[in-house]
Amino acid sequence: MYSVVVLFLGLSLLMYCLFGGADFGAGILEAFTPKRSREKGENLTYQAIGPVWEANHIWLILVVVILFTGFPRVYAEISVALHIPLTLMLVGIVLRGCSFTFRHYDAIHDRSHDYYSRVFVFSSVGTSLFLGVIAGALSLGRITNASTVSFAERFVRPWFNWFSFSVGLFACCIFAFLAAVYLIGEAREVRVRHVLWQQALRANLATVLAGSLVFLAAWLDGFDLVGRLLHHPFGTACLFLATASLPLLWYSLRRSWVILPRFLAGFQVSMILLAWIWIQYPLVVQVADGQNLTLQNTRAPEATLNALGWALLVGSGLILPALFYLLKSFKGDLSWPAEPKHS
Amino acid sequence: MEDLLSARLQMAVSLGFHIIFACIGMVMPFLMAFSHWRWLRTGRKEYLDLTKTWSKGVAIFFATGAVSGTVLSFELGLLWPEFMRHAGPIIGMPFSWEGTAFFIEAIALGLFLYGWNRINRWVHWVTGVIVGISGVASGIFVVAANAWMNSPAGFDWVNGQAINVDPVAAMFNRAWFSQALHMTLAAFVSTCFAVAGIHALLLRRHENHPLHQPALKIALSFGAVAAFLQPISGDISAKSVAERQPAKLAAMEALFETSQPASLVLGGIPDETRQRVDYAIHLPGMLGFLAHGDFNAQVTGLDRIPRDQRPPVLVTHLAFQVMVGCGMLLMALGLAFVVIRWRFKHLLSHRTFLTVVALATPLGFLAVEAGWTVTEVGRQPWVIYGILRTKDALTPMPGLVYPLALFTGLYLVLAGLVTWLMVRQIKALHGSYAPKLTKV
Ligand code: HDD
Ligand code: HEM
Ligand code: HEM
Repeated sequence: MYSVVVLFLGLSLLMYCLFGGADFGAGILEAFTPKRSREKGENLTYQAIGPVWEANHIWLILVVVILFTGFPRVYAEISVALHIPLTLMLVGIVLRGCSFTFRHYDAIHDRSHDYYSRVFVFSSVGTSLFLGVIAGALSLGRITNASTVSFAERFVRPWFNWFSFSVGLFACCIFAFLAAVYLIGEAREVRVRHVLWQQALRANLATVLAGSLVFLAAWLDGFDLVGRLLHHPFGTACLFLATASLPLLWYSLRRSWVILPRFLAGFQVSMILLAWIWIQYPLVVQVADGQNLTLQNTRAPEATLNALGWALLVGSGLILPALFYLLKSFKGDLSWPAEPKHS
Repeated sequence: MEDLLSARLQMAVSLGFHIIFACIGMVMPFLMAFSHWRWLRTGRKEYLDLTKTWSKGVAIFFATGAVSGTVLSFELGLLWPEFMRHAGPIIGMPFSWEGTAFFIEAIALGLFLYGWNRINRWVHWVTGVIVGISGVASGIFVVAANAWMNSPAGFDWVNGQAINVDPVAAMFNRAWFSQALHMTLAAFVSTCFAVAGIHALLLRRHENHPLHQPALKIALSFGAVAAFLQPISGDISAKSVAERQPAKLAAMEALFETSQPASLVLGGIPDETRQRVDYAIHLPGMLGFLAHGDFNAQVTGLDRIPRDQRPPVLVTHLAFQVMVGCGMLLMALGLAFVVIRWRFKHLLSHRTFLTVVALATPLGFLAVEAGWTVTEVGRQPWVIYGILRTKDALTPMPGLVYPLALFTGLYLVLAGLVTWLMVRQIKALHGSYAPKLTKV
C-alpha cells in the first residue's frame, strides 16, 4: 500500500499543478490582458474554470491529507520550517478564491468589480510565487530542525533566497502559459483567441527564461542542481523531452491548432514536475543538519498506510467517474472547430 | 501576547469562522433541492426563482467555506505540529474520507451551479442532493476526528509514542456518534433558523412576497424538526461526556464538589478562586438524572480532578448555558411554528410572528459557536484528552500574534464582505420582482 499512497501523492501534486496551476495562470494572465478584451477575458475565465474551480483545488487538500496521514513527520517539519511562506500562500488562496467568486456573483456591477479583479490578479501571482518558493525550499537543503539556531536561520533563510524565488517566478510563468493554452480552446471569438495565442507564446518565452534563471540562482546559492540532474538520468530525460517538444508547440500554436498545444503544454508541465519528483524521490525535505526526511523514513505504520491506500482507491473509484462526467458536461466540445465562427 | 494563547485564539477564530460556512454548505443544498423538487413537480416559477436565488448565495458561502477549510488543513500543522505528528496517522482515515466527500461535493456543486439547461433536469436535481449528502458526510468525518481528540482510541501510548495503530477503531471512538449526530442536527437548526429569520425580516418589509413566503415555510419546517431533536441528542451527548470526560462535564455544569444527589446549576457565574457559583438556580437531583439517568446518582466534581488537569470553568459553563438556552428557545419556536401551521395558518404572516422569527436569526449560530467552545475549552488542558497537552503540541515558531492578527483581520473583512454581498443580492432580487410586488 506504500506505493499506492506514494503514487496518489505524486498524482495529486501533478493534478494540482495542471488544473490548479491553470487556474492561477488565468488570474496572472488577466494582468496582461489589454483593456478592450478584458471583459471578454473575464467571461472566458468563468466559463472555463467556474464549474471546475472547486474540484481543481481539492487536489491540494488531498496532498495535505496524504502527507499528514501517511508521512506525518514531513508534514510537521515543513509546517514548522516554512511557516511564513505557507501562511502567505494561504492568504493568497483565501483572497483568490473569494475575489473570484465574489466578482462573479456580486449582483450589482459597479466599481467594486475592479477591486475584486485587482485582488484576484495580485493573489494569483502571490499564490503561485509562494507555491514555487515552497517547492524550491524543499530541495535547497537549508531547512534545519535544530532549536538552537537564530530565528532568521531557522524560519527565514530556508526559503528566503535566490533559488526559491526563482522557482517561484518559474511557477508563475509556467502557470500563465498553461492557462493561456487551455483558454485558447475555450474562446469562441477569433479576436480573443489571437490575444491568447500571443499570451501563450510570450508566457512560454518567459517560462524558458525563468527556467534558465533557476539554474543561475541555484549556482548563486551554491546548490548543485546540474550535478543532481546528471545523477538522475531519468530526470534529465524528462527535462530534455519537455524542452525538445517546444518547437512542435510553437509550430502548433502558429498553426492555430487547439488540441495539440493543450496536450503539449500539459506534457511539458508533467515532465518538469516529474523531473523534480525524480531527483527528489524518496527525499522530501532536504535538511541542513541531521537526517533528511524521506518518504521511507517518515512513513506511518502499516495499518495507517493500508487504511489510507484503500480510502484513496475506493475514493478514486467514486470520484473519477464523477469528475469525468463533470468535464464531459462542460468541456465536452474540446474539438471545437479551429476556425471559429465569426460573430 | 503569549504564543500559546495566540495559537489557541487563531485556531478558535479560524474554526469559528469556518463552521458557519460549513453548516450552510451542509444544509442549504437540501433546502434548495426541496424547492427545486417543488418546481419540477408543480412548475411554479417562484420555486425556480427561489432555488436560483438560494444557489447564488450558496456559491458565495461555499467558496468562503472551501478556502477557510483549506486554511484549517494547513493550520493544524502550522500551529500544532506535534499534535499532527502523533495524531495524523491515527485520525488520518476520517480526514481522507472527508477529502473524498469534498471532492464529490465540489464536483456535484460544479454540475449543479452551472448545469441549468445543460444537463437533464432530474440528473441536475440529483446533483444538488449529492452536494448536500456529501457535505453532511464530510462534516461527520471531520467531527469523528474531533471526537477522537475527546476520546482517544485505536492505539497504545508507550513512552510518548503511539504504537499498534488501528485507524478504524480510532475513527469509531466512543464520542463519534453522539458528536456527529449532534453536529449534523446543529447545522440544520442554525442554518434553517437563520434563513427563516432573514426571509421573515424581508416579509415584514414586503408583505406576501411570492419568494419569501415559500422560503420561510421550507426553512422553518426543516428547522422545527431539527430543533425538536436537538435537545434529545444533546442529552445523549451529555451522558457520553459524563462517562468519558468527567472533568468537562464538571466544568460545563460548574460542579466544584462531587455530590450525590447532584443538583443542576442553571445560569450563574462560577468563581474559580472561591470554588462556588454566584446567582445561580439549583435544581436538586436533576444533574444526576441528566448525566447518568438517575436522580440519585453521584456526579464527579472538579475536586476529584487534579488541579493541573482542570479546564477553565467560567468559559465552559457560560458557553454551555448559552447553547442550551438557545436550543430551548429554538425548540419552542419550532413547536410554535408547527402548531400555527397546523391550526392557525393565517398567523403565519402575522407581524408578531415574523418579528419573533426574525429575532431568532442568530440564535442557532450562537449555539453552534457556544457548543464548540464547550467541547474545545472543556477539553483543556489537553489537545488529545489524557495523552497530549495543548502546550506540548505548539509550534516552536515565535511571534504567533502576527499570523493571529493577519487571519483575524482577513476573516473580519471577509465576513463583512459576505454580508454586504448578501444585502446586494437581496436588493437586486427585489429590483427584479418590484413590478409584481406593487400590484399585490
Ligand atoms: C444549533 C446548535 C446547538 C444547539 C441548539 C444545542 N447544541 Fe449542543 N453542541 C452544538 C450545537 C448545539 C455543537 C456546536 O454542534 C457541539 C459542539 C461539538 C459537538 O459535537 O456539537 C455541541 C456540543 C454539546 C455537548 C458536548 C459534546 C462533547 O463535548 O462531546 C453537549 C453535552 C451538548 N452539546 C448538549 C446540548 C444540550 C443538552 C442542548 C439542549 C438544548 C444542546 N446541546 C443544544
Ligand atoms: C466540526 C467542524 C467542521 C465541520 C462540520 C466541517 C464541515 C465542512 C463542510 C460541510 C465543508 C464543505 C464546504 C462548504 O460546504 O462550505 C467543509 C469544507 C472544508 N473543511 Fe471543514 N468542517 C469542520 C472543520 C474542519 C477542520 C478542522 C478542517 C481541517 C482540518 C476542515 C477542512 C476543510 C476543508 C479543507 C474544506 C474545503 C473543501 C472544499 O474545497 O470543498 N474543516 N467543511
Ligand atoms: C468547527 C468547529 C470547531 C470550533 C468552533 C472549534 C473551536 C475551538 C476553540 C475555541 C479552540 C480553543 C480552545 C482553547 O484553547 O481553549 C480550539 C482548539 C483546537 N481545536 Fe477545535 N473547534 C472545532 C472543531 C475542531 C475539529 C473538527 C478539530 C480537529 C479535527 C479541531 C482541532 C482543534 C485543535 C487541534 C485545537 C488546538 C488545541 C487545543 O486548544 O485544544 N477543532 N477549537
